[in-house]
Amino acid sequence: MSTEIPLTELKLTPKDFASSQDVRWCPGCGDYSILAQVKKLLPTLGVPKEKFVFISGIGCSSRFPYYVDTYGMHSIHGRALAIASGVKCANPELQVWVVTGDGDALSIGGNHLLHAIRRNFDINILLFNNRIYGLTKGQYSPTSEVNKRTKTSPEGVIDYPLHPLSMAIGAEASFVARTIDVWVKHLGETLDRAAHHKGTSFVEIYQDCNIFNHLAFEYATDKQMKADNAIELKHGRPLTFGKDGKKGIRLNGMDPEIVTLGNGITEDDLLFHDEAAPEPSLAYLLSRMHYPRFPEPIGVFRAVERETYEDTLTGQVNAAVAEKGPGVLEGLFTDAETWTVE
Amino acid sequence: MVSTTTTNRKRSTRATVETLDSVAVRFAGDSGDGMQLTGTQFTNTSAILGNDLSTLPDFPAEIRAPAGSLGGVSGFQINFSAKTVHTPGDRLHALIAMNPAALKTNLADLEHGGILVVNADAFTQANLTKAGYEANPLEDGSLQNYRLHALPIERLNNDALADTGLNNKAANRCKNFFALGLVYWLYSRPLEPTLRWIEAKFARRAAIADANSKVLRAGYYYGETAEIFPVTYRVERAAIAPGRYRKVTGNEATAMGLIAAARRADTGLFYASYPITPASEILQELSRRKNYGVKTFQAEDEIAAICVAIGASFAGQLAVTGTSGPGLALKGEAIGLAVMTELPLVIVNVQRGGPSTGLPTKTEQADLLQAVYGRHGECPLPVLAASTPQNCFHMAVEAFRIATKYMTPVILLSDGYLANGAEPWRIPNVDDLPEIRIEHPTDPATFQPYQRNEHLARPWAIPGTPGLQHRIGGLEKQDVTGNVCYEPDNHEKMVGLRAAKVAKVADDIPLQAVVGDETGELLVVSWGSTYGATVTAVERCRERGLSVSLAHLHYIEPFPRNLGDLLKGYKRILVPELNRGQLATKLRAAFLVETIQLNKVQGKPFKIHEIEEKIEQVLAGMNK
Repeated sequence: MSTEIPLTELKLTPKDFASSQDVRWCPGCGDYSILAQVKKLLPTLGVPKEKFVFISGIGCSSRFPYYVDTYGMHSIHGRALAIASGVKCANPELQVWVVTGDGDALSIGGNHLLHAIRRNFDINILLFNNRIYGLTKGQYSPTSEVNKRTKTSPEGVIDYPLHPLSMAIGAEASFVARTIDVWVKHLGETLDRAAHHKGTSFVEIYQDCNIFNHLAFEYATDKQMKADNAIELKHGRPLTFGKDGKKGIRLNGMDPEIVTLGNGITEDDLLFHDEAAPEPSLAYLLSRMHYPRFPEPIGVFRAVERETYEDTLTGQVNAAVAEKGPGVLEGLFTDAETWTVE
Repeated sequence: MVSTTTTNRKRSTRATVETLDSVAVRFAGDSGDGMQLTGTQFTNTSAILGNDLSTLPDFPAEIRAPAGSLGGVSGFQINFSAKTVHTPGDRLHALIAMNPAALKTNLADLEHGGILVVNADAFTQANLTKAGYEANPLEDGSLQNYRLHALPIERLNNDALADTGLNNKAANRCKNFFALGLVYWLYSRPLEPTLRWIEAKFARRAAIADANSKVLRAGYYYGETAEIFPVTYRVERAAIAPGRYRKVTGNEATAMGLIAAARRADTGLFYASYPITPASEILQELSRRKNYGVKTFQAEDEIAAICVAIGASFAGQLAVTGTSGPGLALKGEAIGLAVMTELPLVIVNVQRGGPSTGLPTKTEQADLLQAVYGRHGECPLPVLAASTPQNCFHMAVEAFRIATKYMTPVILLSDGYLANGAEPWRIPNVDDLPEIRIEHPTDPATFQPYQRNEHLARPWAIPGTPGLQHRIGGLEKQDVTGNVCYEPDNHEKMVGLRAAKVAKVADDIPLQAVVGDETGELLVVSWGSTYGATVTAVERCRERGLSVSLAHLHYIEPFPRNLGDLLKGYKRILVPELNRGQLATKLRAAFLVETIQLNKVQGKPFKIHEIEEKIEQVLAGMNK
């Protein structure tokens, strides 16, 4: 992110980021919570309002830019990341956020997602995953579960779902996290981590579509169920879960297994989380843990430093100017064999 | 005067030297034989000598088609002249064929009695079979209508390199320069420009540099001492306007035009593209120009390339994407976004033979209607077309001038023939280039995202400007405020405003000029790369007293204001195009005029005589 300015100087509040447009998501949609947390976060970042740019594609989540009073573009389906890449290349000083959904990012825009992540632009990608197409009213998405019955899969979905975090890790993502719309505090903290990460931050947000796929993530949001079905990742700490924290994840060969602490099994036997591990193996292993076989990890899977695309590009431009001098057109035109006719 | 060193070697007194006005030569061989390089060297030398010239590289889509096959033949034609030339020439004065396949595929273009130099060593039974020859044409008398010189080029080449220690394979790769040296002798060209090039190119590989220089000289001396050509030729320098010159291809000129526009606008140039023949050289050329403030982006696909460019435009850069027909099709939806968001953007389409993958390395003009209409919704934008390699420079600057002044995407049409073809270019005076004035608003009190100025352009407010935060996007915009708006009347108004804005560009482009008379029997209307052939054909017909004129269009959308009236001044309109009649369709729709079409879709440019004959035929039909 760009140089921070003291917050006392900026004096921004969440209200300053409210746009004049009425928010038109369905009442009860998970998007409201994410919008509220983003608006709460932005004034704390030390970035003047005019330096924020929100880019989106098409889908319910992609209406997001209309609801924050920053620069923004509500573009075309799947292409938000390509547009954001251009904005960031053109002006690395801008803080660029991309808001996308499971259809927008993983289906029609899958290619751009892969390549934006591997290039490691310093941008923040928020993927609202509700496992359904909401705006087109209830067709299955690339993250819908097998056998799910939707308008376009009356006998059940026959595609195997994509796992966004596994895909991001495979594309060499430098920051990968998962959070949930109703885990409000965790959501805010994760967005804060993403905003401060230098490089592409990829955040999957489990988001409830209360119209077409209500309670899709109930296992991780219901008060009774979540302790057994979600596991909060903490850097340097063992993977424990359950109401009393007595269950844990242990490695058995290359695979994770659930164990109960006690009877000779101590925390030291468990898998310890290391978000900064140079190799992405652990992050990938965690990204493969899915409900109902495992509790699903929530938190920062991976956070490593890598040169960003825009810095390298700017560096090459600066190096070229330093080496060859700032180009003048006369020099360009005559940079070939020339001859004079008198 | 040409201010370059020329060969001072005395030419053999026994050989007659004949002076010619114009000569067309073609080098043809396997795609691995270095024919493009050979042709380029011959071109550079001729340019430096002061000839006017035009070139036509013609190569297969396969990098290495099976050696010796007909499909793998690569050719490079150059027309060099003491007069003004506009095309690579219809008939060849000389053909250099490095193998039987090259002979077979190129012989038809050699003039009767033309000079035919062949590499006899390649005429083996295996190569003859691959080329489909039942008998060896060097021996069966079938070439008796040509001045045949069947030379053991490979053996002569390898003998020249015998004491260099180069292995056979490496030595053999130099044989194109032996042929080049020989042809330099034939046309009295100096060796120095190519020797200088060799020295620079192989600066770090002395052995290769020595070998190439050696065989270039060996070829030249062979011509001199073996006296194989009873007559050699001179082509005097052309009477061209004074100034400093260089050679340019269309793609080089486009790249320089884009940089020039950015410099004149005092802003950064951003070029995003996906490699595609024949547009890739623009990306390559720009990527080595970073010290001019140029940023290039090789995208993951065509759609990404234009979207990245749109993002860069939103953030205030002069943004361009370049492609060919298949890529333009993929960019269609995003062009619509640029039309809706009214952001400046240049889309360079270097056309090639289509549809689908079509003829990737061959030229065609069949994307005109795609450029003008090929998007969903009412989606107008200005379309420009370059006419010559050097004109690509001017039209690239024009494209940016219009894009930024009117806040609109602009499509610039080039094609494979312009992209790869080369001609001398008088280096322009930087101060004479059009100024491009860009304004980014800063005043929050008066800013409205879709408030239009006298050109109907909206303000280009860029992220980072305090107080001007606003959202744009693909949804219909409310007039003035730019807020999302689904109102029926507003939609119709906005569709109308976007069309009116593009139509207004007609006030800002030159009136259509005519070569010839403003009225008459016949007007030829052409566009794009056919200019060389159409202007030469029209000039030749006029010299013979025929009543024919030419209107060559650089502005396709909108048309110049006077075009409709102009067409009324002639009894007939002839529209030659390398497609099935796309400009003709548009002219008929716009002006309700009858047009006579001359269409060619062979992946090859028009020959002058094809147009001349059509002109004669039309005029003869009228006078019956």
